[in-house]
Amino acid sequence: MKPACNKDGQAAYGALTGRRVAWMLGLAALLFVVALLSLAMGSSAAGLRDVLRTGLDGVIFWELRVPRVIMGLLVGSGLAVGGAATQAVLRNPLASPFTLGVASGAGFGAALGIVLAGATVKWAVAGGAFTFALVTVLFILAVARMKSATPETLVLAGVAVMFLFSAGTSLLQFLGTEQQIQSIVFWSFGNLTRAAWTDILIAAGMILPALPALFLRAWDLNLLLAGDEMAASLGVRVDRLRLTALLLAALMTAGAICFTGVIGFIGLVGPHLARLMVGGDHRFLLPTSALCGALLVLVSDSLGRTFFAPHMVPIGIVTAFLGVPFFFALLLRRKREFW
Amino acid sequence: MLKASDLFYSYPGRPVLQGVSLTLSPGEVVAVLGPNGTGKSTLLRCLAGALTPQGQIELSGRALGAVPPVERARLLAFVPQHVPARLPMTVFEAVLLGRRPYLSWRPRPQDLEATWESLSILGLAELAHREFSEISGGQRQKVALARALAQNSRLLIMDEPTSSLDLRHQLEVMSLLCARAEEQGTGVVLAVHDLNLAARFASRALLLHQGRIFAEGPPEQVLTEDSIREVYGVDVLRMEAAAGAMYFPLAASSSPA
Repeated sequence: MKPACNKDGQAAYGALTGRRVAWMLGLAALLFVVALLSLAMGSSAAGLRDVLRTGLDGVIFWELRVPRVIMGLLVGSGLAVGGAATQAVLRNPLASPFTLGVASGAGFGAALGIVLAGATVKWAVAGGAFTFALVTVLFILAVARMKSATPETLVLAGVAVMFLFSAGTSLLQFLGTEQQIQSIVFWSFGNLTRAAWTDILIAAGMILPALPALFLRAWDLNLLLAGDEMAASLGVRVDRLRLTALLLAALMTAGAICFTGVIGFIGLVGPHLARLMVGGDHRFLLPTSALCGALLVLVSDSLGRTFFAPHMVPIGIVTAFLGVPFFFALLLRRKREFW
Repeated sequence: MLKASDLFYSYPGRPVLQGVSLTLSPGEVVAVLGPNGTGKSTLLRCLAGALTPQGQIELSGRALGAVPPVERARLLAFVPQHVPARLPMTVFEAVLLGRRPYLSWRPRPQDLEATWESLSILGLAELAHREFSEISGGQRQKVALARALAQNSRLLIMDEPTSSLDLRHQLEVMSLLCARAEEQGTGVVLAVHDLNLAARFASRALLLHQGRIFAEGPPEQVLTEDSIREVYGVDVLRMEAAAGAMYFPLAASSSPA
């Protein structure tokens, strides 16, 4: 009897793995289609067929649409994977770069870069964003270490941080020149329209290396969910893992938003959608989060472009409208049943 | 295979362990006993490498701190007292985590087999593909045990492994641990509150009192009416039964220790 059981148990796990891989392939296919559609969408009349056939007339296609879609893919995957890693490390399903104020920190840093060095000095903007994302992460980590910290404490601390940094950003606007103000305001909306190839290179440089670095730690992140002591006894260097993962998440968040501005809730909604599809194993959760995040960004961007056409609503506004109800739904579910 | 000598450990402003020594040989089941706050959990955490005390701990002849974490995890499994109530994964996956010290990326057939085997031994096979967050507290505790068994280590360190279990499961788990010790030579150290369980199953008892060893040896010698009155501040009636000594608490003694 036992060998038969044995086979069943393992077969069931194999089937589970198969289903997860199928979800990922399906999502990847969907993402491919959505990316093509996004390439075809825009104020210029070129439709999908033209895009596929001719590659479109050079300038609009290569300087506007392609960068926009690539930036969308980068930003979406970066924010969502950063969110998934943050949730694991803080063992807090409400955590995300946005709800913890990391995005606001990055926003302030970018604004500071704009004021001090100018919007055209890309490295200053990206560096400022990363520095302040990092400062926020370290602060949140310190709060999380407090014994009495609950998931809600962290979110409230994030709100406080958000207020602080938005006040800081306002101050910079108050002090800045008209041109700087414009750049900063553009930032606060969250927008994919002005993605230039240099921006994409820098953002890719910050996001793409962090992805495999986190994927490789998938098992350790799984263990962390089972508790610090449990993880440590199974061979994980807990403090080092926590710090590394949070630094990578901060880097990705900064990379994702330093040129596009604040695009909220992708880091929260993306991982939760992914968890619904493939469960909590980070070997599947992290790549699926990347796919979900990229998909959410491209869809939100397309909605923003078409809903009030010919006006284009910046994507940050769209994701906020989509994300806030989701966040509420999470909060209203009973405590500790977030995942 | 585990040798701790003269351990001292303090939390800020509060000394806990004050010179505790313990040796564990293969096949032994050692019960660590004592009232709340006397240092049982602290001692187990030190032995598992979760805390670093003053004093020396040797694991298979090497200083515990010098053993790389993954290698240590293959030699020694630890079940903490508290495990999270929620995990976004199935019971099977929660136990599979115990195979981490042997895994690179994809679980191999032998990992799945070990996982399934420890689930079956603990009677969790039916629950294997349920969500971890849906099962009961006692079942969660058994999942933590199954994880430790799947880890396939030579040493098991468990902090009150039976605290959420009903009578029947307490007996089953304790028999299981003893069988492991006997058949595979696994060394087991566990903190317990239940004197009857300790008397019946442990090959050795370690009675802690205010951070020091009050008595150590075969359970029937360590757990006397006098030592229990002194350490726990409780008058007990001790009766000899076929399965070992039985203890019936009578009343808190008039002069607590």
